[in-house]
Amino acid sequence: MSGEQSRAGESAGGGALEKAQPLAVQEAEVVAVRKGMFPSGNGGDTSGYGRLVRRIELPGQSPRPYGSYFDEVENELFGALDEQGLAPESAIERVIVHRGQMTFQVRREHLVQVARTLRDDPALRFELCLGVSGVHFLHEIGRELHVMVPLMSITHNRRIQLESTCPDSDPHLPSLYPVYPAVDWHERETWDMFGIVFDGHPALTRILMPDDWPGHPQRKDYPLGGIPVEFKGAQIPAPDQRRSYQ
Amino acid sequence: MTIQAERAAEDMPDAASTNSTTAGEPHGDPYGVGDEADGRVFTITGGDWDEIAGSLGEAPEERIVVNMGPQHPSTHGVLRLILELEGETVTEARVGIGYLHTGIEKNLEFRNWTQGTTFVTRMDYLTPFFQEVAYCLAVEKLLDIEEQVPDRASVVRVLLMELNRISSHLVCIATGGMEMGALSAMIFGFRERELVLDIFEMITGLRMNHAYIRPGGLAQDLPPGAVDKVREFLALMPKRIKDIEALCNENAIFKGRTEGIGYLDLTGCMALGITGPILRSTGLPHDLRKSQPYCGYEQYDFEVCTWDTCDAYGRYRLRMDEIRESLKIVEQCLDKLKPGPVMVEDKKIAWPAQLALGGDGMGNSLDHIRHIMGESMEALIHHFKLVTEGFHVPPGQAYVAVESAKGELGCHAVSDGGTRPYRVHFRDPSFNNLQATAAMCEGSMVADVIVAVASIDPVMGGVDR
Repeated sequence: MSGEQSRAGESAGGGALEKAQPLAVQEAEVVAVRKGMFPSGNGGDTSGYGRLVRRIELPGQSPRPYGSYFDEVENELFGALDEQGLAPESAIERVIVHRGQMTFQVRREHLVQVARTLRDDPALRFELCLGVSGVHFLHEIGRELHVMVPLMSITHNRRIQLESTCPDSDPHLPSLYPVYPAVDWHERETWDMFGIVFDGHPALTRILMPDDWPGHPQRKDYPLGGIPVEFKGAQIPAPDQRRSYQ
Repeated sequence: MTIQAERAAEDMPDAASTNSTTAGEPHGDPYGVGDEADGRVFTITGGDWDEIAGSLGEAPEERIVVNMGPQHPSTHGVLRLILELEGETVTEARVGIGYLHTGIEKNLEFRNWTQGTTFVTRMDYLTPFFQEVAYCLAVEKLLDIEEQVPDRASVVRVLLMELNRISSHLVCIATGGMEMGALSAMIFGFRERELVLDIFEMITGLRMNHAYIRPGGLAQDLPPGAVDKVREFLALMPKRIKDIEALCNENAIFKGRTEGIGYLDLTGCMALGITGPILRSTGLPHDLRKSQPYCGYEQYDFEVCTWDTCDAYGRYRLRMDEIRESLKIVEQCLDKLKPGPVMVEDKKIAWPAQLALGGDGMGNSLDHIRHIMGESMEALIHHFKLVTEGFHVPPGQAYVAVESAKGELGCHAVSDGGTRPYRVHFRDPSFNNLQATAAMCEGSMVADVIVAVASIDPVMGGVDR
């Protein structure tokens, strides 16, 4: 990526090795910085808002106490990781409680160990993994690709989510297949749609698109496609060509 | 259907010549295996199986790979099963999906939040209301307006979801019966489902693909007469259920085909992330409606049905029991239905127009048109902004799960603060549950594969999205 491109993820830290202040109440995670009212950027914006700059911020580290069962889950997880000789701060980037849901942002090199701990620790027992969902933040340099893994504990009737990121230049994440075989197809789908390589997956092949398909359709730089439709003499452009608001 | 016979040990000398007769023809099967396949390839579209078996020769060590589907009447839509056979025993079962991939999740990112329901309702076309509710709950969570959704809207959502559960289970039982030759079960199942679809048509205007549930509430209120129609259905249905049960429950052939078939125990379910009737057929009463209630499910009196046989028969019985429980919930919904609004108060989110029935059918309410065109300029601007631009959803992500007829249906919605979803992902239960095919089928007969897959109840529209 060229240096001219605006670095959106400055406050978010550029990967696991950088020394961000972990687990302190941080600024929100900035995933993009947008200018103007409309995304076209070709000079067609005559609204007068062309110099408007907005940072797109996802919720950051939440202040303690989180409320509900979240504090207990965090204490148990951190305690269990400590016992295994893994400092929680080095594994967990952020703990986000947003809209009554808890998300652990896990550094990718520790993802499998954290998941295994969550599954096996009697006080945690997240035995059900409900899939893998990718998100592509095109402008969050160094952390373009996110995956979200919802977990559920039937034993304790709790839900949490794991989130992990990887840069577009090195789209590798460890596979959760050894811990949760249920993610088999979900990881294949995420590879198919986002091009994230899950290391350790037994057969990472395309699942929804044909085997010889070029590209990964759910990435934000992959066009939607479509053709303009003519209706009573007027042309309506394809959905991805229509004017939209930011 | 293509049968591929391969020699494990040595190549047959005449393999090339046999191959060229099928694949080398100018107008051969375009989907058949080409020259690159090793071994002999037979493309069969009906005909005499004895001839085929005869032409395989006396080579019992030959491995046979049967490709079943994606166009096959018993594979539930465009599901492709690749079965490796030894005699009639399946030694390896693989599933090929993606034949109905429609890119709904990608398309959602180019429409506003309200238009999203129009897409998600088309995913699993047998359970449209579940997708709509899951999506709307996720959007409402991101908007933080869950508490503001009016009671009446929640009650109608539950009502429709439970009716939808009934219709989905009926299709599962009907098609599952048809696939093993129980055509009466098919006719009964689809006949009863039609009653439910009539109710849907009356309430939403469509038999499926409703887009009736919207972020913040409902597209419109129940039409007059809907409650009476549902009550008629409630009076009729118990008898109809008995018909199906009298036909199947103790039927020796039905039991012979389903008992012990598609076995998957609790450990297998947990490892493979299986939810819904398959999980409950192992005896674990896991149901999100009870454990993590949404839409006010905690106010309804119902049981979580379980069975303990872990097999296709248990899943059939379980689904019949669940239909009964759903009828109970529907009845309670009707009693709870109090007059009131069906959309949130917030005019920045609520769709400005309500639909109304005119002389020429359903359309925008004339009162509303009069108001915006003749009375209030501000109302017109407001209408225009909300309909063309949509409402903004604060940045963040939410994962919301509902108990669909087939298991946990999850909706992961991500917003970047715009008027369109940044990303919406559906965790479809069929997609996940189909992973159990190999565990259920390997080691069984070919005919049992059909029963096992039918008991998973996959709908390819949901699997491929």
